Amino acid sequence: MTATATRKYETVIGLEVHLQFDTATKIFCGCANKFGETPNTLTCPVCLGLPGALPVVNAKALEYAIKVGLALNCTINPFVKFDRKNYFYPDCPKAYQISQFDLPICSNGHLMIETADGEPKKILINRAHLEEDAGKLIHDNANNCSLVDYNRTGTPLLEIVTEPDLRSAEEAYNYLQNLKLTLQYLNVSDCDMEKGSLRCDANISIRLIGETKLGTKTELKNMNSFKAVKAGLEHEINRHEAALESGQTIVQETRL
Amino acid sequence: MELNKLTAHELLDLIKNKKATPQEILGSVHEQIEKSEKDVKAYVRINENTVVATASDERSVPIPIGIKDNMCILDQETTCSSKILKGFKAPYNATVIDKLKKSGALLIGNTNMDEFAMGSSTENSCYGTTHNPWKLDCVPGGSSGGSAAAVAANEAIWAIGSDTGGSIRQPASFCGVVGMKPTYGRVSRYGLIAFASSLDQIGPITKDVADSALLLNIIAGYDERDSTSVDMPVPDYTQALENNVKGLKIGIPKEYFVEGLDPEVKDAVMTAIEVLKKQGATFEEVSLPHTDYGIATYYITATSEASSNLARYDGVQYGIRELAKKTRKSPLLDMYDETRAVGFGAEVKRRIMLGTYSLSSGYYDAYYLKGLKVRTLIKNDFDKLFADFDAIIGPTSPTTAFKIGDRVNDPLSMYLSDIYTVSANLSGIPAISLPCGFSKEKLPIGLHIMTKPFAEEMLFRIAYTYEQNTQWHKQRVEL
Repeated sequence: MTATATRKYETVIGLEVHLQFDTATKIFCGCANKFGETPNTLTCPVCLGLPGALPVVNAKALEYAIKVGLALNCTINPFVKFDRKNYFYPDCPKAYQISQFDLPICSNGHLMIETADGEPKKILINRAHLEEDAGKLIHDNANNCSLVDYNRTGTPLLEIVTEPDLRSAEEAYNYLQNLKLTLQYLNVSDCDMEKGSLRCDANISIRLIGETKLGTKTELKNMNSFKAVKAGLEHEINRHEAALESGQTIVQETRL
Repeated sequence: MELNKLTAHELLDLIKNKKATPQEILGSVHEQIEKSEKDVKAYVRINENTVVATASDERSVPIPIGIKDNMCILDQETTCSSKILKGFKAPYNATVIDKLKKSGALLIGNTNMDEFAMGSSTENSCYGTTHNPWKLDCVPGGSSGGSAAAVAANEAIWAIGSDTGGSIRQPASFCGVVGMKPTYGRVSRYGLIAFASSLDQIGPITKDVADSALLLNIIAGYDERDSTSVDMPVPDYTQALENNVKGLKIGIPKEYFVEGLDPEVKDAVMTAIEVLKKQGATFEEVSLPHTDYGIATYYITATSEASSNLARYDGVQYGIRELAKKTRKSPLLDMYDETRAVGFGAEVKRRIMLGTYSLSSGYYDAYYLKGLKVRTLIKNDFDKLFADFDAIIGPTSPTTAFKIGDRVNDPLSMYLSDIYTVSANLSGIPAISLPCGFSKEKLPIGLHIMTKPFAEEMLFRIAYTYEQNTQWHKQRVEL
């Protein structure tokens, strides 16, 4: 990041963190919630989405979500509901993910971080909602086919969404560090990024200082460490600045 | 004595008095199947080796029963009469199946239905049409047409159906049997293959009201595997079978007696009302002002939910899988397209398209959300009436059974045969259809009674009183 550019442009970052809860069982069925087992051994009609099977919400998952919500200064909503996010993909056996759309369990929270100048800063949290994790596709190139492991299907996830309040890659990094520390303290997840227990997606855009409208964003996904998030964001900030400086427009895209 | 023509409660008496055995009853049902199934085609699968449990306790009900082909039975094929589920064997029992098996029920086979319960005539089945036992060139109604026809043809003593907009009651009406839709939440739907989750309910199809109460006793109750089942005690419904409607106040909605109602159906219903009047019930004309919006609201809601519920049939895990001969989009997308193009019938495709449209962004507010709001208005109509009335009465369907093929090319006229039944699903209330006469063509006519939520006992009481003072429920088809 160049010093001149930061003066001309402002960086705007919002983060979505997916946290897997380490409840004993999955979010909508009684299957064990474990990592690293033989594929498709932790399944039942419910998490396989078989015809006729119905979900029953895991009370522990709700309790964990409330715990996180309280730690993040959220409002815990007395009336919540689950919604369906419809999409076709083999890792999603019902062809919809059960998630929360308009009435999430937690909303309007915040987490304190330190800025580069050592100043305290409040990062607003828009919402934290419960949903189910998808299965895992394994691509077998030797046999030219794809296999599905449904063990992860139905792992309880809490998606924690910030407002676009972060102004640098470093702030994003600090937010993630503080968030992880808080979550570890709550003892609801092992927060192990390598196992996918904690995953982070970032939305990044830049705009001229003083501008109030958000610039065109890039979505960064599948980063497996906080350092990678920071590096990815720095790269994107530089790319956006270079593009705008040379008169190009940013095309909205998702980068994996 | 032809055992298969008796009701379950009559047969249980015979068993108790050692005048018949479950084996003999099963034998007589199979004999009837042998004789008439080629004409009726009520079943899609018949179990050759139905096991009669030897030891049975007092509560045991070893009665042959037909099961609609949309309830999962462990290790047996369940297809919803759809090609897309061919070969699907559930690794588990639906809760109603568990309950039936525990009661000693003899599962004789899976009954035909409109594909995924979408239809009102059982013509939308990948196995072909079921025929009305009273008149073989007519439809049995639908979607539980196979269950209703099996009972009417005496190819089952009783049967289980599911009702999303009238799918138990309308075929019961067309086939001259008793069909009952319990309150939403009264019977667990775990293992019922979903059509429209906020409307679906499982219920009994029987030869008389006493059997309806008896069968509901077996299948009702809270189930921790179905979050929508309600945790409240289940009364013994047979205790509600009282020949007494004195002092009951019953409403007759004026909106149900308008254009489109067959005069013969109207006359039969008015005569039925006179019967109940004689027994001491009072009747009053009432209004359900949002009746006209019932069908539209139902088809918006049901198709929206169906488009999501049926998305899982994609060729990945179970059922059929079709691959494209030539890659068009990608091997994966082509597999989805081909599997669903080949696997679903025309009516199911039509409803998936309607529902996908209603739910799509930009149209969601105008259709699905608006539908939900109108649904509340319809429910409010009923809530208001039930503050003053014990029940609401009318015809089950505007006409008697129509000819096979008559309405297949006119989905709207097909949808209108559910005009009186959908509101019970939209408002979650219990309802029953019972025989109240025949047309000149010897086709059965159904009387429809609705009560407030969880007032099944009131429903049975009124229906039973009507039955005790008429003979329609004793009519049997000779096949």
